[in-house]
Amino acid sequence: MTNSFADYLNTDLFFVIGSNPTEAHPMAGAKIMSSLMNGTKLIVADPRRIELADKADIFLQLRPGTDIPLLNGLMHIIIKENLHDQKFIEERTEGIEDLKAAVEKFTPARVSEMTGVPENLLYDAARLYATTSKAMLCYTLGITEHICGVDNVMSVANLAMLTGHLGREGTGVNPQRGQNNVQGACDMGALPGDYPGYQKVVNPEVQAKFEKAWGVKLSNQPGLTIPDMMDAAVEGKLKAMYILGEDPVLTDPDANHIKKALQSMDFVVVQELFMSETAKFADVILPGASFTEKDGTFTSSERRVQRVRKAIEPIGDTRPDWWIVCEVAKRMGYPMAYAHPEEIFNELASLTPSYGGITYDRIEHCGLQWPCPTVDHPGTPILHTKAFARGKGLFKAIDHTPPAEMPDEEYPYLLSTGRILYHYNVTTRYSSALDAHRPEEAAMIHPADAVMLGVGTGDTVQVTSRRGSVKTKVAVTDKVQSGMIWMSFHYRETPTNELTVNAFDPISKTGEYKVAAVRIEKTSPM
Amino acid sequence: MSISKEMRSDIEERYKRNLERPRIVVGLGTCGIAAGGNKVMDAIKAEVAKKGLDVDVDFTSCIGMCFAEPVVEMALPGRASVVYGGVGPENVVQLIESHMVQKTPVAEQAQIQILGGAEAYEGIPAMEKSEYYEQQVRSVTWRLGRTNPERIEDYIATGGYEGIQKALTMDRIAIIDEIKKSGLRGRGGGGFPTGTKWQFVHDAVGDKKYIVCNADEGDPGAFMDRSVLEGDPHAVLEGMMIAAYAIGADEGVIYCRAEYPLAIRRLNMAIKVAEEMGIMGENIMGSGFNFKVRIKAGAGAFVCGEETALLNSIEGQRGMPRVRPPFPAHKGLWQKPTCLNNVETFANVPNIIRKGGDWFSSMGTEKSKGSKVFCITGKINHTGLCEVPMGMTLRDLVYNIAGGIKDGKKFKAVQSGGPSGGCLPTEKLDLSIDYESLGQAGAIMGSGGLVFMDEDSCMLDIAKYFLNFTQMESCGKCTPCREGTKRMLETLERICEGNGVPEDIDNLERLAKVIKTSALCALGQTAPNPVLTTLKYFRDEYEAHINEKRCPAGVCPELLNYTILADKCIGCGVCIKACPTGAISGEKKAVHVIDPTKCVKCGACVPKCKFDAIAKA
Amino acid sequence: MPNVTLTVDGTQVTVPKGTTVVEAAWKAGAFVPTLCHDPELSKPGACRICVVEVKGARNLVASCVTEAVEGMEVQTSTPAVIEARKTILELMLDNHPEDCLTCHQAGDCKLQDYAYFYNVKPGAFGGESHQYELEDDNLFIVRNMNKCILCGKCLRACEEKQGRAVIDFAYRGFKTKVTTALDQPLADSVCVSCGSCVAVCPTGALTEKAMLGKARKWEIEKIRTTCPFCGVGCNLDLNVKGGKILGATSNPASPTNGRDLCVKGRFGIDYVHSPKRLTKPLIKKNGAFVESSWDEALDLVATKLGEIKNKFGSDAIAALSSARCTNEDNYVMQKFVRAGIGTNNVDHCART
Repeated sequence: MTNSFADYLNTDLFFVIGSNPTEAHPMAGAKIMSSLMNGTKLIVADPRRIELADKADIFLQLRPGTDIPLLNGLMHIIIKENLHDQKFIEERTEGIEDLKAAVEKFTPARVSEMTGVPENLLYDAARLYATTSKAMLCYTLGITEHICGVDNVMSVANLAMLTGHLGREGTGVNPQRGQNNVQGACDMGALPGDYPGYQKVVNPEVQAKFEKAWGVKLSNQPGLTIPDMMDAAVEGKLKAMYILGEDPVLTDPDANHIKKALQSMDFVVVQELFMSETAKFADVILPGASFTEKDGTFTSSERRVQRVRKAIEPIGDTRPDWWIVCEVAKRMGYPMAYAHPEEIFNELASLTPSYGGITYDRIEHCGLQWPCPTVDHPGTPILHTKAFARGKGLFKAIDHTPPAEMPDEEYPYLLSTGRILYHYNVTTRYSSALDAHRPEEAAMIHPADAVMLGVGTGDTVQVTSRRGSVKTKVAVTDKVQSGMIWMSFHYRETPTNELTVNAFDPISKTGEYKVAAVRIEKTSPM
Repeated sequence: MSISKEMRSDIEERYKRNLERPRIVVGLGTCGIAAGGNKVMDAIKAEVAKKGLDVDVDFTSCIGMCFAEPVVEMALPGRASVVYGGVGPENVVQLIESHMVQKTPVAEQAQIQILGGAEAYEGIPAMEKSEYYEQQVRSVTWRLGRTNPERIEDYIATGGYEGIQKALTMDRIAIIDEIKKSGLRGRGGGGFPTGTKWQFVHDAVGDKKYIVCNADEGDPGAFMDRSVLEGDPHAVLEGMMIAAYAIGADEGVIYCRAEYPLAIRRLNMAIKVAEEMGIMGENIMGSGFNFKVRIKAGAGAFVCGEETALLNSIEGQRGMPRVRPPFPAHKGLWQKPTCLNNVETFANVPNIIRKGGDWFSSMGTEKSKGSKVFCITGKINHTGLCEVPMGMTLRDLVYNIAGGIKDGKKFKAVQSGGPSGGCLPTEKLDLSIDYESLGQAGAIMGSGGLVFMDEDSCMLDIAKYFLNFTQMESCGKCTPCREGTKRMLETLERICEGNGVPEDIDNLERLAKVIKTSALCALGQTAPNPVLTTLKYFRDEYEAHINEKRCPAGVCPELLNYTILADKCIGCGVCIKACPTGAISGEKKAVHVIDPTKCVKCGACVPKCKFDAIAKA
Repeated sequence: MPNVTLTVDGTQVTVPKGTTVVEAAWKAGAFVPTLCHDPELSKPGACRICVVEVKGARNLVASCVTEAVEGMEVQTSTPAVIEARKTILELMLDNHPEDCLTCHQAGDCKLQDYAYFYNVKPGAFGGESHQYELEDDNLFIVRNMNKCILCGKCLRACEEKQGRAVIDFAYRGFKTKVTTALDQPLADSVCVSCGSCVAVCPTGALTEKAMLGKARKWEIEKIRTTCPFCGVGCNLDLNVKGGKILGATSNPASPTNGRDLCVKGRFGIDYVHSPKRLTKPLIKKNGAFVESSWDEALDLVATKLGEIKNKFGSDAIAALSSARCTNEDNYVMQKFVRAGIGTNNVDHCART
């Protein structure tokens, strides 16, 4: 996020696109909801009529996978009506001509046809966003989980730059991160091309720095991303995998492909809290301690590094994850000895410039937002106040990329997926109250489709894609468009990701969880 | 457009011509309708048609003589118009035949006659000489019962909208000064100087200001505002317009309880026609001043008469008072500066602007100027709506206007100001009716409800009634009012049931004190008044209930004992038949006895006994 | 910001303009009780327990909603003030169950504290008290409306902090009650069980269902940590007794969420004590998992990975790190992969 959650209370307009914060990020959603009570305006763009859509001043119910036409269409109107921020564009950006050329053909009429959003709403939204000085863009996985996810993100950034809605209080481009420490895991270099702090493995200076710090020669070849790993495993090139706290069988697209990959390898280690779907494929399972049983830090979406504190001793014979990994490393001849996570943190802070000024003492009470390069730096609530990371912000000319797989005669329904309020990935299934409250999948289908399929709320259907087939109960609701089915991925009993498409954004390698083609048939109860 | 001189004189001309025609006018305020006015109207129309009479049949609102409803006025050209009371459909044929055809009024059914310069009839009191009206002034209520409230022409012909026309030529501050000069104070009960309030709102900074009319009349026994709204809706609108112009508002809301459907209907009609005529809306009378008004129907919570709760209710919130300050003059409706006055206050305004502040301040006392409309109810002969100059004594009101206590009984007390007010005893009958005097006596002027009680009223029962009302209507927000009035009520109930202990009076006084000093809003702070005033003036009754387990007025059932007086009973057995619970027994010609364990104290036996042999104590 | 100076019980105190009298009084060291007042919520001035005397005021003044002004003279404990406070407490206690002995909130209850401080006993006026059914209709929150003092903090938190307004006052007078629309059970309402109402309740009217009967308030140790359920980064307090986490409560000092949480953070942490937790290393032998010692398991992992590295090279090994683990865990993992194994094949589900 360029801005902070506290800044949600300073904005005059939220433009929420591809994000359902009242369910997936409830406290962010609550801040939006309570702001609305004080008169803050809201534009929502989503294929589903999510809770915020009902509260919105303008609701753009676009077809799944048409974010780029929508955003380009809004920019088209803004440029035509001369509502862009000329001063910001001149001082802070470059490439405006490319953008103008790219959005030229996205006329309101054409965009309306592509997205299904009425033209008048496009005008209303473009004008409201462009003319509200403090306007904030919020997005999440509805933007990124497409084969054009990076392009989607760029388009969002284009819109914010075009209108000068960056680098100031109450503005910004604010992706709320899906998982509790996905920001931190990225910051820590759990990425094939990056050392901690996004320092590139291909950069020789960086390589030298880490070789010196860690006392070994390091590879300058970027590693494999998860989809590439799975492909390489199936191809027999990858022989072993060590999986820490992830359940790709349930959460990655095209689960059957993942299963095949796991079965193909010689040796799989899974370090987990529970017997996950992935753990079942392991040769060795190492029981980790939960976040309540160890010290450490998480980094939130707003780049806030905060303490995780040990409240109880590890359950049973479990061990903190860092300890287990260090033990394996030691036994493989690379000693990594830390007495306490604080020692690890001090080491990583010394090697990660944006974390350089952060210590456990400093984050004892309310954390610090990186970049925080020195011990006297107060942290950074708002990014890009004076310049962008690369200096000038670059407009990217972006064209529409349709989803990899669209409904056809054989698979006539469009499947989209996401999270629900009462569950978070997998752990909440082990929470007695949460699981009792929402014990099973309730796939959302439109009333018109329900009539066609002859099903009502609570009935069971078989949902089948080219990759797999699952059973689920349905909930009939007009919150989804006709022709669409929406499912969560929380239930091992209904492993939705057996259906999703094995297609990825070419740059980010993010899977297209949001669009797949399926067929639906009524079936006997589960 | 504006109302030009020519247009006004044209309307006046037509109005006068109509008055000179043979007319029958039925009083169709809510009281008249409730008493059967519509049926009377139907009968009149049928009879006029049947007879083929050249008579205009019209209706008006309540003239104030609620005790005489349904009221019908009959007029012939050149003669005074006669107001008949207690008219039923069965009288209609005879009345029309006698008055309209034979031109002979039915004197025994006539209440008053209105001369208007015409020739009077013998044997019928003229309005201004009648018992009911002689001591009244009709400065706010003058159109009530005299004009058709659903015809704007009647309003214009009687000086209507002259006030706003004049105001639009005046400086805003000059208008406020005129109101200040008049000495007009809020007629809703608080008595805050209206001109000063307007000044506050005028001076308050805000991009938008509102006028709100409080028509949420909720006191038991009060119907002043309803009568004014039903009888003269345009006067209220005109008053609001003048206020809006003076303070710089362009939008008004009338908060009227939904239990007043006729008032709401007539207001809506008045708004619609005023807008159609360009008297309200954009660029009023070419002045550039815009004003629109809408009606918000309240759901009938008493607390919504409290101004901040009322504002919450308009905003769609639960009707609960807000903390003041900030006062509505600074942060009112939607947090904007808001001028909030009640119906009667606004209805006074057009006259003040037309006739000048001095005219208004010539009536009344030093600090309470003008007149006040009261609803007089209870154990009196004339229940109804009356308007008296400030400063009149309660005694004049009771014994002249109200016609004294019913059935020749003794006056005991009057509750002034509804549940927030207090009970005043005989010793206070010479009190002047004005804000200060009533306040000093422990009561309040309130919005104008006066409930009279006779010797048969138990003052604890009265206090209990009002406390029950405030408790049921407490919004529940603050602890002292919500919980405190409940405990006071329970204590009173205990006392009235014969279970009182001497400490109960201390507890009542302590609770009353805490509620008065710590409750959030005026309703809570005044809720103990009925108890405090009855304790002050009728403490002996409390002591009788507690110490002697006796209700001196003979009202509280648990404290009553019916006994048969041996020296008077002849043993006729009538009371035995009258008793619904078989509590009375006795041989023929022998003295009867009441079994107190079976007696439910209904009193059914008492009137049946021809020998006054049953005593209640 | 300009300041104003006033006196509280004879002590001069200077506060920024706009400060309420109660805040000024606290600053001056005076004890003024409050129940409906909350620094983060709007101020209704409803409970009236905070009344004080202000020179020149007609009535007692609710200090939580009165702005301190220059030269104001405030008395916080005159006989009239004490009488009012005691009476208000008596009124509350008269309509409150006398079950402090077994009440979950005992020890952390403002009503209990003030009753003790002012030596107020139940039953001062007697009379009717509410006999509502215990509302135990949902999995998360238990409502005992008999203990509600109608301070309204719950409904203000619901509206002002969560933007929902699921609950509000209903009925009038003594029957006033905080209810959902049409007084339906919480389970049938649009409530999302965030528990912000529970967090602000000053009495035992609203409690976390899972924690009922598990610990007295003074037995609980609160450990602040960061929620593991999404990327917002809410802080919460783990409530610990006897080495077990009983549940989570919110902590007003949390930077992003204050006292607010969502249903997962407040009511979902019990998964750590799930009987389904893996508690021993497991090694698959003949297709079935068999418990092992840590040494056996760790040695096996090290040996196997070592063999594969030797046979197929470092790049034949990959690791998934975790977006749900700590920074320290992730740092150690990628360091192990890069420095210990010698490959950059480390990734995690950064994209979900």
